[in-house]
Amino acid sequence: MVKDKMALAQGISVTTLVSIGEHPLSGRPRRAEQDARAIELGLKLVKDKLNTLYVGPAHNGETTDVLRNYLGMGLAKIDIIDAPQHTDVVTTLLENFSANKADIILTGGRAENGESSGMLPYLLAEQLNMAIVASITEIVSIDTLSGQAEVLQALPRGQRRKIKVRLPFIATVDMAAAPPRQSAYGWAMRGELVVKHSKTYQQDVEQSQWQVNGAQKRPKRLKIVKAKTAADRFKAATAKVQGGSGKVIYDSKESAQEILNLLISEGII
Amino acid sequence: MSDLFRRDPRAQWIGRNRLHPLYQASKGEPERGPTGLLRKNLHNIGFMGPNGLKRVDRCGDSNSGALIRITAKATDLILPLHQVDKPDFYILVVLDLVSARLTSHDRDTLGLAQQLANNNHARGAVVAVAFGELKEEKLDTAGIDRLIHFDSNIYQSYNPEQRCNDLCNIVNALQPKHILLPDSIHGGGDLGRRLAARLGQRPACGVFKVTDEKLLCRGGAGKIDIIRAMSKILLVLEECCEPVTETRHQTQLLPYVHTEIIDNCILDQGNLTVDPGAINLAEAGFILSGGNGVKDWSTFHLAAKTLGATQGASRVAVDDGYMPRDRQVGASGTWVTAKIYIAVGISGAVQHMQGIAQCDKVVAINTDDKCDMVKRADLSAIGDSTVILSELLHLVAQRCGGQNKQYEGVNHG
Repeated sequence: MVKDKMALAQGISVTTLVSIGEHPLSGRPRRAEQDARAIELGLKLVKDKLNTLYVGPAHNGETTDVLRNYLGMGLAKIDIIDAPQHTDVVTTLLENFSANKADIILTGGRAENGESSGMLPYLLAEQLNMAIVASITEIVSIDTLSGQAEVLQALPRGQRRKIKVRLPFIATVDMAAAPPRQSAYGWAMRGELVVKHSKTYQQDVEQSQWQVNGAQKRPKRLKIVKAKTAADRFKAATAKVQGGSGKVIYDSKESAQEILNLLISEGII
Repeated sequence: MSDLFRRDPRAQWIGRNRLHPLYQASKGEPERGPTGLLRKNLHNIGFMGPNGLKRVDRCGDSNSGALIRITAKATDLILPLHQVDKPDFYILVVLDLVSARLTSHDRDTLGLAQQLANNNHARGAVVAVAFGELKEEKLDTAGIDRLIHFDSNIYQSYNPEQRCNDLCNIVNALQPKHILLPDSIHGGGDLGRRLAARLGQRPACGVFKVTDEKLLCRGGAGKIDIIRAMSKILLVLEECCEPVTETRHQTQLLPYVHTEIIDNCILDQGNLTVDPGAINLAEAGFILSGGNGVKDWSTFHLAAKTLGATQGASRVAVDDGYMPRDRQVGASGTWVTAKIYIAVGISGAVQHMQGIAQCDKVVAINTDDKCDMVKRADLSAIGDSTVILSELLHLVAQRCGGQNKQYEGVNHG
């Protein structure tokens, strides 16, 4: 299966974009979960021909540790475009991709820190004139002749949708995709971090005007009682949640029929 | 309004005073106690018989007084109609419409749109855009002033590029002040980002509070709150605003120009049939859950397979080794959100009930009709679980067989 995919994906350049993740509780930098899944997907597709790109401060201890973690998944190298913190990554990436085209760009849906708007793949797609597919779990096949790929998209309730998408395209990888492989220390040490420099950096001016706080717990929505009379208000305040309002059936045949009717009315059978 | 009995103190006062000039006249009416209950006046019961004795006819033949309790009829409240005939500006809302109905997220978004449209005595109109089928009955109370409904067949499938193109046309035509979309996994988040990229506008994502020209957004994967200036495109979170409940709205259909784009990059090939066992328990839509009361596990597994249900279990079943640990439903296992949850032989420990609190319909199959699960359930089948499940399997097999026969009939015909 994997071999087939490899054969199908021959001559196709796949690039994954990675970012530095952040643990939700400790706040420590880590592999971003969705980006790691994107690498996993890319590795299954083209193995060692996978390009990986990171835009951000190159000479930062924490960043390097995380990037080595990505390398440990079996990457030969990661390209770093050195850019100061709070630069607009999109312009830098556009410059990179206009020089070396990619057929498939895989990335996570949202960053784990910062604004985390999830706009980056959409902006890239718009500027590079590529198609974009959100939250995919798998690339089933690539047809280089017709220039189309078949991907599976994650839907709510664990459902999957099959989509045919024309190359070149950008895909964001969903959490429902195959979990990333463990990072191996040997690979991480052997892998290479290649630092590049970009000509243009654009500062994100708007972001500097924002006020950023730690997330406050959002209040639960209260059940609002819109009673017109005192009696209604009294009822709403004192009435118990109706227990035993359900239907109780003692006959096994009848109950089976009733359960079946319920399943049919809910559209399950 | 309400079906409460209202007592008339004056009539009661007259009824107590036999010397009152209206006393005799008031006697004809049925007497009521303070709570509205009919009072039996023993002196008035019966009639004088031919022999001059009072007779009481208990069988009711001669009794004319079949007195009905008269109460004010509860009538449906007609909400005031909010009309915007010449709006100063438009607020565009793109609806998610899961299974052709408004979601609560849609309603919250519409509520926020109405707030933005009517803030500071402004006269804006909320334009809702609906793609595909629309089965919602109560559209007028959702807060939609104008409706643009794309109901062509092509919107039955996933075509984000076409939708984005249509939205761009609408934006060009109406020049809305704000564009609101639910930041959801049902398509709103994707479509909103496409539109923002196309329009070259920076959207505010994860908006959960709007206070006079300031937005409160959740960022950093839920770890930070961002306070930022008002933006044109808002992708809003659930419960960002109260939904509209106090007013009706016009829901006028607006005409639209439909241009079909030909070179779609994305083609929908339809949904896959997913193995229900592979679906994560927390997001499964239909769960068959087994507990201590299940004696025949092979029937249980067969039932789950036949019905296409994801399997769950109570803690006891997991502890006894009948089900793997990752299938446990409840406080120490998974909190499930299924639309239908069938609990087989689970009496309903508090921890388990916590886990299924968000389920829509609960069906209990149990031998004990007084257990907590039966109290919670919408439908309870009391009896041996194996018998009921095999009966259900039998019915399903019959139904499928019948359908196949029908199809065969059609084929032969």
